[in-house]
Amino acid sequence: MTIEIERPSVGLSKVAVSETHCEKSPYFAGWRAYDENPYDELCNPSGVIQMGLAENQVSLDLVEKYLQKPADNGSTTVGFRENALFQDYHGLQAFRKAMASFMEQIRGGRAKFDPDRVVITAGATAANELLTFILADPGDAMLIPTPYYPGFDRDLRWRTGANIVPVHCDSSNDFDITPEALEAAYREAESKNIKVRGMLITNPSNPLGITIKRSTLEDILDFVTRKNIHLVSDEIFSGSAFSSEDFVSVAEIVEARNYEDSERVHIVYSLSKDLGLPGFRVGTIYSYNDKVVTTARRMSSFTLISSQTQHLLALMLSDKSFTENYIKTNRQRLKKRYQKIIDGLKGVGIECLRGNAGLFCWMNLSSLLEKPTKEQELALWKLILHEVKINISPGSSCHCSEPGWFRVCFANMSEQTLEVALRRIHEFMDRRNNVKSFDVYSSDQLFSS
Amino acid sequence: MELMNSGKRQLLSKIASSDEHGENSPYFDGWKAYDNDPFHPTQNPHGVIQMGLAENQLPVDLIEEWIKKNPSASICTTEGLHAFKSTALYQDYHGLPEFRHAVAKLMAKSRGGRVSFDPDRIVMAGGGEMLMFCLADPGDGFLIPSPYYAAFDRDLGWRPRVRLLPVTCHSSNNFQITLEALEAAYQSARKANINVKGLILANPSNPLGTTLDTSTLRTLVTFINHKQIHLVCDEIYAATVFRGPSFLSVSEIIQEMECNRDLIHIVCSLSKDMGLPGFRVGIVYSYNDTVVNLGRKMSSFGLVSSQTQHLLASMLSDEEFVERFLSESARRLASRHDSFTKGLDQVGIKCLKSNAGLFCWMDLRHLLKEPTFEGEMGLWKVIISDVKLNVSPGSSFHCHEPGWFRVCFANMDDETVEVALRRIRVFVGKYKEVEVQVKKSWQRNLRLSFPTLMYDENMASSPRMMSPQSPLVRART
Repeated sequence: MTIEIERPSVGLSKVAVSETHCEKSPYFAGWRAYDENPYDELCNPSGVIQMGLAENQVSLDLVEKYLQKPADNGSTTVGFRENALFQDYHGLQAFRKAMASFMEQIRGGRAKFDPDRVVITAGATAANELLTFILADPGDAMLIPTPYYPGFDRDLRWRTGANIVPVHCDSSNDFDITPEALEAAYREAESKNIKVRGMLITNPSNPLGITIKRSTLEDILDFVTRKNIHLVSDEIFSGSAFSSEDFVSVAEIVEARNYEDSERVHIVYSLSKDLGLPGFRVGTIYSYNDKVVTTARRMSSFTLISSQTQHLLALMLSDKSFTENYIKTNRQRLKKRYQKIIDGLKGVGIECLRGNAGLFCWMNLSSLLEKPTKEQELALWKLILHEVKINISPGSSCHCSEPGWFRVCFANMSEQTLEVALRRIHEFMDRRNNVKSFDVYSSDQLFSS
Repeated sequence: MELMNSGKRQLLSKIASSDEHGENSPYFDGWKAYDNDPFHPTQNPHGVIQMGLAENQLPVDLIEEWIKKNPSASICTTEGLHAFKSTALYQDYHGLPEFRHAVAKLMAKSRGGRVSFDPDRIVMAGGGEMLMFCLADPGDGFLIPSPYYAAFDRDLGWRPRVRLLPVTCHSSNNFQITLEALEAAYQSARKANINVKGLILANPSNPLGTTLDTSTLRTLVTFINHKQIHLVCDEIYAATVFRGPSFLSVSEIIQEMECNRDLIHIVCSLSKDMGLPGFRVGIVYSYNDTVVNLGRKMSSFGLVSSQTQHLLASMLSDEEFVERFLSESARRLASRHDSFTKGLDQVGIKCLKSNAGLFCWMDLRHLLKEPTFEGEMGLWKVIISDVKLNVSPGSSFHCHEPGWFRVCFANMDDETVEVALRRIRVFVGKYKEVEVQVKKSWQRNLRLSFPTLMYDENMASSPRMMSPQSPLVRART
């Protein structure tokens, strides 16, 4: 039987037609430019170098070496059947234990993690969205200090219908989060009749590349307690702090306070950054709130970690000789990489925020802007993308209130590629300075300075 | 700064506080009974036997054998380690191209090669939930033939907040979906001011174990076309068809019919066909470009581990293996189905005639004290507590008629099946004695018995339980 179809447009959901997936942001536009013309040392040496991707490739050789070690027994499929059938949303007990232990090691043993509070998710992206579904109703808001990871706009808002209210931070105090800024953000939400349900911090911070001070964490915890809201601490870069002592986890503060008011605290973690395994989709939620643990666990049915991957990581992360060496070496290598890029940039007069963690630095190019506006920042970003052929992330895509800052990733490439990038930046700055000085002699007009 | 602990309990969202997660349903009560007292042949021979879990354990040995013979498919073996770095870093939500190609091939093979699938339309997803986010707003409705898979309530109703609108099917015509029932459900929803966005169904059906015939599929496609609403076909059991009539997918029907293809979406998985539920491979295949693009973005919230994509890309590209696997799996399912239903039949228990799935739809209406859902619950409690068997009552699948139960048979070995049947025979015998004694109270013959079940210790435990302790060995997959 045939039917005459007029082909009207078929309705999709509001979620479907919204643009809250945020892929029109410059954060992603730069990626597209890279995709179309990717740098390769041999095949495409003049291509775009990707410095907008916070990936950690500096220590993957350690993981490869671990996998090369001889097997404990000869069988290749012992446990396969059981593993392939295991779909329990509690996750493999051995995996949860190993994750809890790994998280403790990263914090130098200064905090304890109970494996039964570990909820597994397919990546931190899923974990943050899941927590938002649990903590906020559509229309409610989460407070997030700026600048923040652009992906949060999608992760916290798209399918959940929640809002983000920014807590403004600026360079006057190295982007520290102040009690005044917290109160101001809360008042702003109130004035718009938006109910604040919680606060999300990233510690160490993305894009700043710094750890949050203990005193600031104390202030934040006091603030959320006073307002009776939740605190989500995304500690995905905790193992990427250049020294273990620099990083203070909210878990330590909670323990120091004897778990008082801890039921509002939830920690997100993942192996995508510290271990450099983003493809494996390994995220966790650690909550001090029993109801959140139970609910998150049920909801994780939609986003579980492959049992095959859980099994591999249970083995790897319970091998203390591997993890201790990995954590230590990874920190050292990241610090060295950071130093290299900072020195390279300083050499051409570019300053960065003094960082102590993460896979990127927070670069200050405000002096290169004609005017301190977002449009000028984007113009500069486009110029850098097309002329210098490096993709970096403009601060405005991270909701930074001060134009001119850029996040530059340094751990997703070889040392040689980093050197090429620095050389290109040198040349760019040289050209700019030469043009400027030439013009000072030839004209009264000032070029961008 | 005053620290005011208001003393209020921490408030969670409405979604978190609701019951839409569905775990209070009897579907899960049986599992809880099993979790508390799991059968084990030596350690707990009087425990509850799990027949409420639709898992396909029959062909797992074939996969084990393949993995042994193909160490390079794993990124953790010497042979496969060269691919470790690129795999570990691969987080592109398009998914590994070789993985998508391999899945497309598998889907085609499961449909007898009568239709081909475009790898670029394959999106990784957690199943129907993701499609609901794309197709429907909170409060919208989706028609769904009942009885239906219990967890659809959660998948559609919990986070997407879509309302399920049952399309009642009756035993009088073997639970087939009729146009009258569809229209009735649709009109009833419209009268209640519910915006009907689509129709979702499982084909092959869970819990019925039947496949849709050509005429019914055409009726469905015509219906949704006419109403311009979406059709979501969950074809997760496609390769569990073990007997004719052969499986007819919606993908085949639309080749023969005029149809707005933007309305057609298929859900697949490797959890049932391949028996790999732990690997979390869910697929959405949509004929609607917008839905594919959106779904792909949404898959960021639930991508398949690249390690697993890599392994499966290799396995599913081995066409000779896949063909052998599919035919052997079907053969084993047929054999298991036949021996189980024959055993039931011998003690007078009938099942709906089925040709697919990992379960049968058992008719125990004549055993009810009263033909009500209370009667069904009463009988089910007896089965759980006295016979120590976890089966799933029809009411948990929203069946319109009391007295039907789903019994899974593919998550155990042959010996366990024999024990199950033995328990049934013993129980029937006991029941018959009771029947003689209380003749006046019973209007119909009671024929219910469940044998004691043995449990193969290699079988996985309930998904609700922790995995049994297994020695830690180097991962080779």
